[in-house]
Amino acid sequence: MDERHSGSSARGIRIEGIRKRYGQGDTAVDALKDVNMVVAPGEVVGLIGPSGSGKSTLLKCLGAVIEPTAGRMTLGQDVIFDDGWKIPDLRALRRDKIGFVFQAPYLIPFLDVTDNVALLPMLAGVPNGEARKRALALLKALDVEHRAKAMPSQLSGGEQQRVSIARGLVNRPPVILADEPTAPLDSERALAVIHILNQMAKQFDTAIIVVTHDEKIIPTFKRIYHIRDGVTHEEVGEGRGID
Amino acid sequence: MISLAGRDILHAWGKFVLTGLGLGLLIGVTLTMAGVYRGMVDDANVLLDNSGADLWVVQQDTQGPYAESSSIEDDTYRGILGMPGVARAANVTYLTMQVRQLRDGQARDVRAMVVGIAPDGPGHPGQPGYLVDGRHLTRGHYEAVADIATGFALGERIRIRRNEYTVVGLTRRMVSSGGDPMVFIPLKDAQEAQFLKDNDAIVRQRARTAQNPALNRPGVPGLLDAVIASQSTNRSVNAVLVQIERGADPDAVAEPIRRWKRLSVYTRAQMQDILIEKLIATAARQIGMFLVILAVVSAAIVAFIIYTLTMGKIREIAVLKLIGTRNRTIAAMILQQAVVLGLIGFVVGKISATFWAPIFPKYVLLESGDAVRGFLAVVVICILASVLAIRAALKVDPAEAIGG
Repeated sequence: MDERHSGSSARGIRIEGIRKRYGQGDTAVDALKDVNMVVAPGEVVGLIGPSGSGKSTLLKCLGAVIEPTAGRMTLGQDVIFDDGWKIPDLRALRRDKIGFVFQAPYLIPFLDVTDNVALLPMLAGVPNGEARKRALALLKALDVEHRAKAMPSQLSGGEQQRVSIARGLVNRPPVILADEPTAPLDSERALAVIHILNQMAKQFDTAIIVVTHDEKIIPTFKRIYHIRDGVTHEEVGEGRGID
Repeated sequence: MISLAGRDILHAWGKFVLTGLGLGLLIGVTLTMAGVYRGMVDDANVLLDNSGADLWVVQQDTQGPYAESSSIEDDTYRGILGMPGVARAANVTYLTMQVRQLRDGQARDVRAMVVGIAPDGPGHPGQPGYLVDGRHLTRGHYEAVADIATGFALGERIRIRRNEYTVVGLTRRMVSSGGDPMVFIPLKDAQEAQFLKDNDAIVRQRARTAQNPALNRPGVPGLLDAVIASQSTNRSVNAVLVQIERGADPDAVAEPIRRWKRLSVYTRAQMQDILIEKLIATAARQIGMFLVILAVVSAAIVAFIIYTLTMGKIREIAVLKLIGTRNRTIAAMILQQAVVLGLIGFVVGKISATFWAPIFPKYVLLESGDAVRGFLAVVVICILASVLAIRAALKVDPAEAIGG
């Protein structure tokens, strides 16, 4: 069986002692000093913190876009970083194991909704027909199937964000990193997006980390990681209105 | 895998088509410039073909009659006729001038190359190879056969110097190496026209001759009249065109003429070399410079457009890279767009050049070979022009897709 479809033990993300230092010598800045997180499969956790606390740096490290200075990251049972990358092809890692949902949806403007979602499996070598079938199934689950042939510019903000979530999920990654996914939305739509993320996390057994400082959605998380001066602190959230 | 370039082009087709249209007009100009050069070479070849000659006999140490002036006695051809290997020989004069068309009381000057030929009929050296209307020259004076590019009509009266001629025949594609249409007139008239002075000049020359004691000797009656008569006639021609016997070697026939007649003799290959390598060489270099400049301008336009289009997609490229798109997929997208732009430009350019080439006053020859070379050049230019945009795209950090 494919690893992505194997049991819960093969999914989720564990981050231990991650540090990130920019620069050297006197000008060195420690953006991340000691980050520790564990997100189980099917779980949605919040990552909150003030500006400059290291949220974006952490997201870039988790997204295999920048290399942490030290620490250890485990994706499912695979150690992907242990004081250095353990995976040779970071592009393939991002494509197959990590889903991204951005503050702005950043859909590709010249692809229709279906192909925006289907592009990822196509990049992974899945035949076009199969990739589109997978995309349509997700669009249906996210209730935007009726806009499958529309171009991104023809969608509302909420629809664009749902398509963006579908794109993040389409390769069934063990982890999804959502960067301020509700920032441009009103309360109702923001809560709807969080509801969808929770649903999808359960349905696809995916660990989701939502970076936010959106007061509306913070009470919805059951677990929250606060990051301050590059150090994470875990606390129990209210977990309101999700189930 | 879907074609990202194709989708982007379809999404912004108006931008691509309009840019391709502009680029196409530039490519059309480039193809036309190449056509102008080809037309000049073809004109030169046509000039040689239509002369019906295998050898050109001209004044010693000159490269006449087309590239330099040449003057030889008009009875030289008789001696040449007796040389081994010579089948036919005929005098010819060339004079580029304004020929006046007289139609309905209106006068119009037409620039033409006036060719003086002995009225011997078709097949003889120097004669127009074929007519599209009318007949060949049959009389010794005041008849003309004109290329239809002159705009002259059959039976029309034209004036060359002081004499009027009747157009008795029309021919086609008989042009000088400069592309001027030819007007054939009898040799005697052409010789006269070449050196004909106006009346005032003749009076002044006669007076000057009479004042020269060496030429006006009281003890030698008739000397002055003889000198004046020789001054007012012209027994020179520009060249003798020679046809050699079937199977004869042109170089072997040319050598004794050079040696014994003390004249310069050129074979077809040598004359072609003079026309193309010397006469139109400067024009060819000029056109070559234009072609280089146009190619550079085209490359700059494609580079600018593709770079601008790519810069407008930086965020999308960052997202593509973040979600795992390979660099070569992104590079291929930009490259394909540049090549498609070039293809649109080439199609527009080829169609434009084909439409406007016949309107040019001189012959523009659009060769398929040039079109193929032009197409390949466009593809290469587009590939090179896309390098800048590809470099910029590959430098995009996928982290740009993540805020902060």
